[in-house]
Amino acid sequence: MIRLFALMIVLALPAKAEEVVLGLSQNAVAITATFDGSDILLFGAVKRESPIDLASDLEVIITIAGPSLPVTMRRKDRRLGIWINTDVVEVDAAPSFYAVATTAPLQDILGDVEDLRYKISIPRAIRSVGAPMNVADAEKFTEALIRIRSGNDLYQVREGVVDFEESTLFSAAFRLPASLTEGDYLARIYLTRNGIVVDDYEAIIPVEKVGLERWLYNLAHEQPLLYGLMSLAIAIAAGWGASAIFTALRR
Amino acid sequence: MQIYLPIAEVSVNAFLLLGLGGLVGVLSGMFGVGGGFLMTPLLFFIGIPPAVAVATQGTQIVASSLSGVLAHLRRKTVDLRMGTVLLIGGLFGAALGVVVFNYLKAMGQVDLLVKLCYVLFLGVVGALMFFESLRAIRRSRRTGGVPLRRKHTWVHSLPFKMKFRVSGLYISVIPPLLVGVLVGILAAIMGVGGGFIMVPAMIYLLGMPTKVVVGTSLFQIIFVSAFTTMLHATTNFTVDIALAVLLLIGGVIGAQIGTRIGVKMKAEQLRIWLAIMVLVVSGKLAIDLLVMPSELFSIGESGHS
Repeated sequence: MIRLFALMIVLALPAKAEEVVLGLSQNAVAITATFDGSDILLFGAVKRESPIDLASDLEVIITIAGPSLPVTMRRKDRRLGIWINTDVVEVDAAPSFYAVATTAPLQDILGDVEDLRYKISIPRAIRSVGAPMNVADAEKFTEALIRIRSGNDLYQVREGVVDFEESTLFSAAFRLPASLTEGDYLARIYLTRNGIVVDDYEAIIPVEKVGLERWLYNLAHEQPLLYGLMSLAIAIAAGWGASAIFTALRR
Repeated sequence: MQIYLPIAEVSVNAFLLLGLGGLVGVLSGMFGVGGGFLMTPLLFFIGIPPAVAVATQGTQIVASSLSGVLAHLRRKTVDLRMGTVLLIGGLFGAALGVVVFNYLKAMGQVDLLVKLCYVLFLGVVGALMFFESLRAIRRSRRTGGVPLRRKHTWVHSLPFKMKFRVSGLYISVIPPLLVGVLVGILAAIMGVGGGFIMVPAMIYLLGMPTKVVVGTSLFQIIFVSAFTTMLHATTNFTVDIALAVLLLIGGVIGAQIGTRIGVKMKAEQLRIWLAIMVLVVSGKLAIDLLVMPSELFSIGESGHS
């Protein structure tokens, strides 16, 4: 019975004609005290048993997504002559970082249905369900989120930058900015033909504070009293030390 | 050299922070003010989150006031009794200020609160100082200057009188307590020591002799700032020690240079320049509130776990 079941599964899953094999230039990103962003190179190959199908073009889409977190978007309006935050929209989940790199313009190589299914383009990667009743134009808040994060290089759309040799070897470089949120970053690779995803592959890149940064962050959140006292002590010592060195230099 | 601030979670140039600390240090050394009121807005301008900027200033103020307090204690120019009364008020005020701060932070209005406080207080204090020093300059040109006479005001008719020997005063504890509360609230919300409010209040409202004013206010400020830092550290987790240390090192060196420049300038001139500087900072913040911003939307804190 079990064998029959297994056989049915094997038969139901057609053997993929083209499969992704992936490599990463680094397996994790460490946020150190002098962290100034990071470059990651993703490279890989398309494994196939049969000769290349030339009837349609094979395209590659690579995305890197940071942890998805709820976001509060606020809009300023003029009240009594000054600009203050008035309307609020909670976006249910938005990746803290999101980059899409492709071999060709995204709309040419990915159908809408597939985008909806795999959540590849930036607007699809953001989940925003309910907007409060008093805000009529909630979609403007999501647009603003994309605009602000794109301005900070946190959201990147880079069409045509994936280097794709002989429909077999591909590579793309990503620049992660300095203002990264910690967490597991998900790298996804999609192969498409005629706008349909033919294979996909996922890999996780952990991004973590390390060393002193890790220690200070943990201390500040887990032992806030101790951290506060320590901060005061360090500040006093630093202030004292700097003035002592300065007076010593003057002599 | 870029440095990643562990709590603010932004990467900034270490030399920029040292330079900012130094610049504000020079000014604070020249004018004999804490400089918190200049540093906090400057930190906003370079992209440090307001909550972190305000909370981190506390450590700054404690460290830079300490040597001053010790010097004044040695010279016996601290009215400890008055300082303690101001301090009790200050601790209440700071706690109240942090509650208000956290409440408005949850509502997304903390930037507005901080900026409004700056515009209001800096504007009023700057204008008062400006006209005061204009008058002083005119007076000193005409005659040798007229000493201020101490008046008998409503302050002297309140109950709960107490003797403050060092200040030579016998007044009610209510006005100093209220002054302390006000300064505590400002310390928590604005990330300043509050000397710029307390010193005039002590001279004009309480009638304290000028020679004990600075020492006593520093005594109060150091404890209130330490308390504020602890409150922000335990409720908001927004004290960034790396930021504080960099600003402090620049600040201490700057202050030494500033003190030397300050000695060479006339007191009235210094005051008028300080007044102009205070007015410029408050004007810049007021313009930010009044002119339509280029980006109406902002991303709130809740995505920042």
